[in-house]
Amino acid sequence: MLAALSAVSGLAIITAFIFKEGLPIIAKVGLGDFIFSNDWYPTEGQFGILPMIVGSLEVTAGAMVIGVLFGLGCAVLLVDFVPPRPVAVIKPSIELLAGIPSVVYGFMGVVILVPFIRDYLGGPGLSVLAASIVLGIMVLPTVTSISVDALQAVPRAYREGSIALGATEWQTTHMVVLKAARSGIVAAVILGMGRAVGETMAVIMVAGNTIAVPHSILDPVRTLTSNIALEMGYAAGDHRQALFATGVTLFVIIMILNTIALAVSRRRARRAPFTRARLFVEDMT
Amino acid sequence: MKWLIGIAAIVVVLNGLSLILGGGRGDAVNAVGSTSIQPFAEMLAQAYEGSHPDLYVNVQGGGSTAGLQAAANGLAQIGMCSRDLTPDETKEFRDIVIARDGLAIVVHPSNPIEGLSRDQIRRIFAGEIHNWTEVGGPDRPVRPITREEGSGTREAFVKKVMGKVRIAREALTQESNGAVKELVRNDPAGVGYMSLGLVGGELRAVDVDGVAPTSANVVAGKYPLVRPFLFVTKGKPSETAQAFIDFVLSPEGQRMIENEGLVAAK
Repeated sequence: MLAALSAVSGLAIITAFIFKEGLPIIAKVGLGDFIFSNDWYPTEGQFGILPMIVGSLEVTAGAMVIGVLFGLGCAVLLVDFVPPRPVAVIKPSIELLAGIPSVVYGFMGVVILVPFIRDYLGGPGLSVLAASIVLGIMVLPTVTSISVDALQAVPRAYREGSIALGATEWQTTHMVVLKAARSGIVAAVILGMGRAVGETMAVIMVAGNTIAVPHSILDPVRTLTSNIALEMGYAAGDHRQALFATGVTLFVIIMILNTIALAVSRRRARRAPFTRARLFVEDMT
Repeated sequence: MKWLIGIAAIVVVLNGLSLILGGGRGDAVNAVGSTSIQPFAEMLAQAYEGSHPDLYVNVQGGGSTAGLQAAANGLAQIGMCSRDLTPDETKEFRDIVIARDGLAIVVHPSNPIEGLSRDQIRRIFAGEIHNWTEVGGPDRPVRPITREEGSGTREAFVKKVMGKVRIAREALTQESNGAVKELVRNDPAGVGYMSLGLVGGELRAVDVDGVAPTSANVVAGKYPLVRPFLFVTKGKPSETAQAFIDFVLSPEGQRMIENEGLVAAK
């Protein structure tokens, strides 16, 4: 109880502090100018973070495409198509990926991925694409291991029922198992997204950090977190407050994303769990 | 469970001991600030501790502005600053020039370009020049690489080269001399600016306004892009801080600074 309270109050204090430091400058600059202006010249008193907001969203979206595609694919494969013994080795080794420090991912990105993109796809190499790939790999363990748990939690009867009714293995997977495990998979995506939005070090190393809205996925980009980390060491006065305000924006964005994801999974859950899976099974009988 | 508590207790006791012993280790001088000065200050601190075993110098990075803040609120006896002080700051602090450093304009070793004028450099970083052919180089795009807002190196570059012209928003931004170096070393199209003392052999520093970026030219005052490395104190430095500053300004300290590719203060 005490531990839970101290964790919650710690969170409350941090939140209050970020807002206390960040809100005055938003009020001073004006919310519209702060969020929708392209001009970030903090030493001249211009604080527009639109490029960073767009950057964060693009990089996160890219990372989720890669992370969810491969993570979920890997989870389905592990649960439904690979015999248990190899799974006992493969799953922990994927989870081990989560223990690698983010600088290491960033460094690998700079040394291997960035020159590859520069030489074969053009542009400076440091780009939305590079950041998305690095982040996509970083969220893989989260997405995979939680999805595996969700898929394993689907009752055997669902699979057996579906197979017994003559569905192929693939039909069983995508029409019954994936639907039944949906809320767990949504949780996996939310957690992965949280990591992708918040990751800083690896992104600073591979994203190029220009303060311009990228026109293509080969253009460099700066995210909200990179902006804070890059300039924090030097910032004073209004500039420092503007970085806290960047933090406030990030906070709000994460809240919105989480709320949407939660609402989506809850609405589905309320509409009688596993409806479509059940309907499918009933259809076949 | 009991052994866990035991381990925790041991950790706490060890921490306490190390604090007490650490505190007893002579007088500590904290030097905080510019990441450009940091590697040189660490080297000087090591040599200084070698000859004065009872004294201890703790060097930290964080950036020029952070160094000034630390000096202002007493967290550090010495702030390290790699740019000129602003008029306001000059009123608040005492500054001592410990060395001078050239600002090198660096390109990929395969780039045949000999030199650039300050006007060309300004136009490159303002985003007006897009191809190396426009400044007499090979046919490849120009990719300027700048430092983050607030960096001492960036402020020195803006003051000496850009003037009132803004650095293009499309310029790639890296957060340290090392990151700029890593990028330019690998990108045939890149051009960046960094501390002359840290260039090393893997990049090429081009002539600026026809003057080669050598220590000799910096000393002679011919090379146009020079900035001071400052030790900044709030009021009169403490005795221990003064002793370290004296060591840095001594012929021995200054010789070490020159050996590392910087230019002595005097």
